[in-house]
Amino acid sequence: MLKTFKIGGIHPDENKLSAASPIQVLPVPAEVKIPLAQHIGAPAQPCVEVGAKVKVGTLIAKAGGFVSANVHSSVSGTVKKIEEFVDANGMKKMAIVITVEGDEWEESIDRSTDIVRDIKLEPKEIIAKVSEMGLVGMGGATFPTHVKLAVPDGQKCEALVINGVECEPYLTSDHRAMLERPEEILMGVKILMKALQIDKAYIGIENNKPDAIAKLTELAKNYPGVTVQPLKLKYPQGGEKQLIDACMDRQVPSGKLPINVGAVVQNVGTALAVYEAVQKNKPLIERIVCVTGKPLAKPSNFLVRIGTPVSACIEAAGGMPEDCGKVIGGGPMMGRAMMHTDVPVIKGTSGILLMNKKESKRPEIANCIRCAKCVNVCPMGLEPYLLSKLSAKEMWDEAQEHNIMDCIECGSCNFTCPSNRPLLDYVRLGKGKVGAILRAKAAAAKAAAEKK
Amino acid sequence: MDKLTIAPSPHVHGHDSVKRNMYGVLIALAPALAASLWFFGLGALTVILTSVISCVLFEFLIQKFLLKVKPTITDGSAAVTGLILAFNLPSNLPIWIIVIGALFAIGVCKMTFGGLGQNIVNPAIAGRVFLLVSFPAQMTSWPTPGAVDGMTGATPLGLLKEGLHTGKSISEIANLPTSTDMLMGNIGGSLGEVSAIALLIGLVIMLAMRIITWHIPVAVLGTMAAFAAIAWGIDPATNADPLFHLLTGGAMLGAIFMATDYVTSPMTKNGMLIYGFGIGLLTMLIRCYGAYPEGMSFAILIMNIVTPLINKYTQPKRFGVK
Repeated sequence: MLKTFKIGGIHPDENKLSAASPIQVLPVPAEVKIPLAQHIGAPAQPCVEVGAKVKVGTLIAKAGGFVSANVHSSVSGTVKKIEEFVDANGMKKMAIVITVEGDEWEESIDRSTDIVRDIKLEPKEIIAKVSEMGLVGMGGATFPTHVKLAVPDGQKCEALVINGVECEPYLTSDHRAMLERPEEILMGVKILMKALQIDKAYIGIENNKPDAIAKLTELAKNYPGVTVQPLKLKYPQGGEKQLIDACMDRQVPSGKLPINVGAVVQNVGTALAVYEAVQKNKPLIERIVCVTGKPLAKPSNFLVRIGTPVSACIEAAGGMPEDCGKVIGGGPMMGRAMMHTDVPVIKGTSGILLMNKKESKRPEIANCIRCAKCVNVCPMGLEPYLLSKLSAKEMWDEAQEHNIMDCIECGSCNFTCPSNRPLLDYVRLGKGKVGAILRAKAAAAKAAAEKK
Repeated sequence: MDKLTIAPSPHVHGHDSVKRNMYGVLIALAPALAASLWFFGLGALTVILTSVISCVLFEFLIQKFLLKVKPTITDGSAAVTGLILAFNLPSNLPIWIIVIGALFAIGVCKMTFGGLGQNIVNPAIAGRVFLLVSFPAQMTSWPTPGAVDGMTGATPLGLLKEGLHTGKSISEIANLPTSTDMLMGNIGGSLGEVSAIALLIGLVIMLAMRIITWHIPVAVLGTMAAFAAIAWGIDPATNADPLFHLLTGGAMLGAIFMATDYVTSPMTKNGMLIYGFGIGLLTMLIRCYGAYPEGMSFAILIMNIVTPLINKYTQPKRFGVK
């Protein structure tokens, strides 16, 4: 029996159109737009002036706090402007625009392809290096990596869980990375284990990628303590809590973090970036982006410099198709629909998915028939039909009692609903409201405590 | 380039639909439908057509002219109600009675509450029970399968109740059918309930199409079997064996197709087990100690009404909670 998470889950069509397409290097564009906020937490603060000359890997913005990340130039050239732009969600964000001139890299970066096996840095130095190189979670959540590696006092990490699941339909960037750069990923895992001072790591991979499982299992023999864990295909296995459950048989309690059950989770893409940062001194300036979708002529995997326009990626994959109705940043289950394609690829862009006009429309909504399918598939053991109804009726207290804040927004309920009800839309609304109420209550309690 | 569509995730859907589920149920009902035609012939066909057409027509008329909304008869739910109602009727029932049953089922029990998904009791069963108390004579004259036209007889459960009432022991009651006849459906009864085997094929179809889960049918039939086994173990002279109870009356039809109605059954697995247990227990209590020979319809109706309470007190197993 293959391992998997214990509650709920769905089986969407895989549609891994670009699985057989090797990673191609996307040409450096004429201009890049590098946002200051590509991560969860405070935006980075610019540390270059307009007109400054930068190289590939030059620090251009410093982390704006502990939960923040450095930003480096992904190209060589001149800083053209530092200005607001409208991002894919329609929000105004600050970005540094750089005009590209040649491709000159910082001398400190080791650009050779040799595998550097000797880990010279000590645990604390590794974490400092990861922070310096601006690493964030590459799976899409973009949580600064050094924060996750800093285990709080009183907590103990027992195992590292590497996410090679890629459970989102269509996406193949992690799959290709595991096939083409397995040694570097395993070295990254080894470095992460050293940083966390542990001797156990699991690499969870779903069994729809037998080639990646075979390759990493073979190579992992040379890495003591690293277990490649084949997992039964089921969405949302890549959810942090689901993956820990699948690999370690431990369930993170409601409202707690993975470290509460002794786990730290990192994406395979992050492991690769950790290797490059620590052993090659290379900041996070490029990433593998899967550009895919049924209307696209050539679904592909590209190695893309951060700041490259999404439109350039689509162009390289065969161009914007006539029939395109939707462009999604990320996968079809949790990705965000983009307002326009004149936005840059950022550290968390794991995929760019195009849908045709027909696929872009939601099916017609019918009455809830109380079939309980949403309850059966919810991986958190919630009752989506009830939560959506409570949210629609603005019954926030009841929604909180029914654990609305546990929802991981995986979308399994919407996906399954025979009546096409927008369950998650309502649950998201409820989460926002309940979250705000809880924060207000906490702030009031704190203020009252200080008064005494 | 045209404007891009903006919508929150997820951006894909699993292609399940109300139609798929309702037409799936109709497909699962097909073997029992074939069995009813085999055993009861033209009478069954007349009842089925009348019931299905009336249910669909009433839903259409009410939506179009009373509620003035877009009719949703193509979703298949009214047809399912009509077919299940027909399955619960004797094959010689006069047409006008069937039409009244359909009007009560769709008009009173479904549309009054807001249509699909809003009703508190299963419309087909409520329609059947309404007819049973309104027209007891017509509703309990059962044509014997394959017999000359006009011949009627009692159901096995009726024979059992009648026999025990007159002080006979089970071995003394004449004309009780063999297990094979009960399994195949060669017994008196409502036209769709007689063939256990055909209904079980329907169960397999619904499980394979993931229309229902095993919880409700297994809980209902398991509870009935356990109850019957205990009673039979204590006194086999006055209590029928478990197989007899499972293969007669509305046990199979009720457990597989009526108790599993989405709208009126609980939302959680634990809730479904409690609900199924309640139906099995009430059915057996009515069969063994009640005035009616069969209690499946009453048991389901009662548990339908308890369902909101079950939903309130059962929650699914939450992630991260021991």
